[in-house]
Amino acid sequence: MEIVLVGLNHRSAPVEVRERMSFTREQARRAAEELRAQGIFHESLVLSTCNRSEVYGVPPETSRESAAALSDYLSRFHAVGPEHLSGSLYQHYDRHAVRHLFRVASGLDSMVLGESEILGQVREAYRLAHESGATGPVLNRMFQGALEVGKRVRHQTELGTRPMSVASAGVKLAERIFGKLGQHTALVLGAGAISEQVVSQLRDRNIAQLYVMNRSRDRAELLAREFSGKVIGWEDWETALALPDVIVSSISTEEAALKRAMLAKAMAARGNRPLFVMDLGLPRNVESTAADLYNLYLYNIDDLTQIVEQNRDARQSEIPRADAIVEEHVVKFLTWQASVELIGMVEALRGKLKEERAAFVRERVQRVPHLSPGQRAQMETLMDELLEKLLLDRARRLQGEKDLRRKIQNVEAIRDIFLPGRERP
Amino acid sequence: MNHLFFLLTLAAYLGSFACYVTNLVAGREWSGRIGTLLLASGLIAHYYSLLERSRGLHTVPYHDLSGSMSLFGWLLALTYLSLEVFHRQRSVGALVLPFVLAFFLFANLTAPGHSTAGPARGVAFALHVTLSILAYAAFGLSCVLSVIYLAEQRLLQKHQVGSVVWRLPPLDLLDRMSQSSVLVGLIAITIGTVLGFVWVDRLTGEVWRYDPKYVITLLVLAAYVIYLRLARNPGWRGSRASRLCIFNFAIVIFSFTVVNLFLSHAHRYF
Repeated sequence: MEIVLVGLNHRSAPVEVRERMSFTREQARRAAEELRAQGIFHESLVLSTCNRSEVYGVPPETSRESAAALSDYLSRFHAVGPEHLSGSLYQHYDRHAVRHLFRVASGLDSMVLGESEILGQVREAYRLAHESGATGPVLNRMFQGALEVGKRVRHQTELGTRPMSVASAGVKLAERIFGKLGQHTALVLGAGAISEQVVSQLRDRNIAQLYVMNRSRDRAELLAREFSGKVIGWEDWETALALPDVIVSSISTEEAALKRAMLAKAMAARGNRPLFVMDLGLPRNVESTAADLYNLYLYNIDDLTQIVEQNRDARQSEIPRADAIVEEHVVKFLTWQASVELIGMVEALRGKLKEERAAFVRERVQRVPHLSPGQRAQMETLMDELLEKLLLDRARRLQGEKDLRRKIQNVEAIRDIFLPGRERP
Repeated sequence: MNHLFFLLTLAAYLGSFACYVTNLVAGREWSGRIGTLLLASGLIAHYYSLLERSRGLHTVPYHDLSGSMSLFGWLLALTYLSLEVFHRQRSVGALVLPFVLAFFLFANLTAPGHSTAGPARGVAFALHVTLSILAYAAFGLSCVLSVIYLAEQRLLQKHQVGSVVWRLPPLDLLDRMSQSSVLVGLIAITIGTVLGFVWVDRLTGEVWRYDPKYVITLLVLAAYVIYLRLARNPGWRGSRASRLCIFNFAIVIFSFTVVNLFLSHAHRYF
């Protein structure tokens, strides 16, 4: 009951290789099926995201051979020659494979440390494999454990709480002021890529109304349509500034487009309600003196970048805590795995001992002809009880042991003595 | 026995404070939960401590400064815990517990005064005093929340967004918590004042006998009604309302100190 992982990620492979080795949903399902059909794995699962492609499996044979077979399979599946994959693929076995998956689900192995999308991607990959019947008891338990670890790390550490991009930092700051954004409105000035990122974040937080203002009305309409917003004409500044609680500005301009006087007038028109202004333009779009206005919060790109940097350090400092949670669950999983192995082993041992006991009794009974069938049955029962007491009860007791993984080695020794040449249960 | 409850209360409040601080500074969620449980335990132990004191006096312990302060601390903790549960927000616990602890310690480390014998007893009177102290505690809590609001706002405006700022409640929530607290205070002080008049009427029939405390209480009532009204106005909501809330609490302190000690005939420690 070993576990094999072969894969590549943003650290091990360049983007050209990652692109070629990625799986669509259909490919992931097909690959998992083929790996089982070809006898490489009993259980298999493909996890493919934009930064990683990994295959997890439980092989019938020893891990090293399965890993080699899996690497060959991946090379064939994606029609990528082994020479292109050399150094890109990593392989992990058993405890290391489990730990790797748990770290992946926690966001510890992500390009953006602690990012939360990966947990959903792990959940989706598991759902897909589970529905197609590709997983079994080991991968089911392992992936359910991974989802649990991912959730715990997110709840019990601050690995994923702080924003790591300028766009998300801006939106999170708006939440520091307004709380939930569902009752608030936003105005986006400019329709470039960075505006789109912020708008996407605002939409995720169910912003009540989104207004878009851009020199090119076509581009504004495109963005507004994509995110269910409304377009405001480029000349209509007075109306535009009086409406929103959040302004995101990223327009190309030689001098500040939003003057202090304009914002002061807007603040008066809107009854001095708090206004959060994200100035993402370079050169800056908002006159810096506007920051003095009552209830106005002004952040430019440098302010937001500095916050992102601080957050990166803060996330780094959470890694030991997250790793401790991961390790706790790895031990939990290995204990479960060892206990399942033990049950199987004890059952196999019982079968073997009963067989030998039956052969022994048959042989001896021939030498004692006066034994009645009742006496013979009684003798067999007594011998079974003796075997249970001497061997099986003791082996079973190991299930309750904390450090079962280490102690299971002793049981494996028992197996090797009593069940020589027999495959692991 | 009272000594035992004192120690239990102190231990629970101190533990709760430590847990809330860990929650705020290090972001440990479990620590915040334990802080809440310890605060609830502290409230129970503090209640029994007050009960012991009451048994000796045969009424609510408000006849001396020590008893009033202890009751104030208990009601402050109770109001905070209610707000924490209602708004599902425990990150300000670390900033409220020092006040609870200060009142509790002050009450227990000063010698209890002599009980004023006489007519100041009965259910109506006990409720009058208890509700009045509850109101002051709620106003005190709203003042603390307003100070936190102004501090957090300043940090946000100065772009000093450290760990604590990410864990404090959003400004909007602090504003709402402060308003909830003031609402509790207003309801309590209104009922408490009416009960006070009922009690005086029953006892002497001289409801309108002038006491400066009446004037200051009406002023406090009016100040907080104005605050609640303005805090819902978009232009006032936020820092202006918070400043007003702090100013209003200054009137409460004036009422508690100057008016009680030097001007009032019938109100000394509440």
